[in-house]
Amino acid sequence: MNRPDVVVTGLGATTPLGGDVASTWDAMLAGKSGVSALTQEWAAQLPVRIAAQLMVDPSEVIDRIKLRRLDRSEATALIAAQEAWADSGLAGSGLDTERLAVSVGSGIGGAQTLLFQDDILEASGPRRVSPHTVPMLMPNGPAAFVGLELQAKAGVHSVASACATGAEAISLGLDIIRSGRADVVVAGGTEAVIHPLPIAGFASMRAMSTRNDDPEHASRPWDKGRDGFVLGEGAGIVVLERADHAIARGARIYARLAGAGITSDGYDIVQPHPEGAGFVRAVRKALADAGLTGTDIVHVNAHATSTPTGDMAEIAGLRAAIGEHPVLTATKSMTGHLLGASGALESIATILAIRDSVVPPTINLDDPEEGLLDVAMFKPRPLDIPAALNNSFGFGGHNVALIFVRNS
Amino acid sequence: MSSREEITAGLAEILEEVAGVSPADVAESKSFTEDLDVDSLSMVEVVVAAEEKFGVKIPDEEVQNLKTVGDAVSFIAKNS
Repeated sequence: MNRPDVVVTGLGATTPLGGDVASTWDAMLAGKSGVSALTQEWAAQLPVRIAAQLMVDPSEVIDRIKLRRLDRSEATALIAAQEAWADSGLAGSGLDTERLAVSVGSGIGGAQTLLFQDDILEASGPRRVSPHTVPMLMPNGPAAFVGLELQAKAGVHSVASACATGAEAISLGLDIIRSGRADVVVAGGTEAVIHPLPIAGFASMRAMSTRNDDPEHASRPWDKGRDGFVLGEGAGIVVLERADHAIARGARIYARLAGAGITSDGYDIVQPHPEGAGFVRAVRKALADAGLTGTDIVHVNAHATSTPTGDMAEIAGLRAAIGEHPVLTATKSMTGHLLGASGALESIATILAIRDSVVPPTINLDDPEEGLLDVAMFKPRPLDIPAALNNSFGFGGHNVALIFVRNS
Repeated sequence: MSSREEITAGLAEILEEVAGVSPADVAESKSFTEDLDVDSLSMVEVVVAAEEKFGVKIPDEEVQNLKTVGDAVSFIAKNS
């Protein structure tokens, strides 16, 4: 079967490091931390009082009336999608919107809206609950608002696979273009749940760092002193396009999305498989899909969230799946963990690493675990990157591996 | 009991807050949907805010009769 190539022609993001892709990437290469103390009154009672909050609040970008109808996770998706769309050059290009699809997911969805409106229900009764509540909290809301903004008519999709959501949404975009259902897919993830309830829930699982007095050093993947992930918020969106479509219009091509591999662990609802068995299968599937072997992968943007068990299970899996040669990074050391947006944001970091021939650094790795592979520590590492891997895992046993290659 | 002008001004405040309508555009002759671009969900918000502001109950079946700002002013003047 003749399968079309799929390339990336637009990038967009709003993150704890910057309000767009360029500022986020500059901050990553500079090794900056986006983590800070939560100074809100509600945070005082929580065991976790740090998070990676957006550098640029959506209210600085979206007008007040539009914003009051959007959950924060919808606003971030929209901001990132608008940047990616403008970046792609497709705006005003005459693209047939019946050939444009959207695949944007969230790990948790409109939880802030749900919880805020529940406060209103309890305090003031049902009549005061906003009529915008349902479109603000529905899990397909971010995808739907992006689709509406761009007038996408080839389908609007919203996968949910916890912290693998952003990557799975991108892999769905790949499938959509390969199967001929669209020429262009706006794909990625979004998350905005810095609120006492989600934080309390994650904290009760003992999944989060409690390094409250030292926020910038709290997210420390692969460091012996790591004590959990740091919650982040934001969105990452890429524009995927059939390669011949992009070439025909003279588009700037960042990279090619060469392959994707998706598996499920069948092991535990939250614990990663100790040898990363499901993850190993995902990487092998992605390699086969891309027509590559492990030796071709010279850089890995790891999932590495800074949890005690997950980080080293991934290393064991990488060793088994592709070997010891790749240069790794854990950009969550800087951005915190954007949950459903993380796979998309880290795909963007992987794509820019290929473009700029540089691996962004892993910060806070003062005391690396024994048996760790080669990591770009503290400083960016210049590296020629013909092919790179981005891993994502999610509660529920989801594993997604994406392989990006330099477009030739 | 407020005057019609006071009620119109109060509605203009609500319309600005809820739907971003400029107070200068609000007049009794204006239609909520046609002239002021207030969609159905925002109209629900306007009604709830008006109930609170003017101490009046506006039943759902009455809302469809409130086509213009003047219709709303009349209803509020009569029922508050």
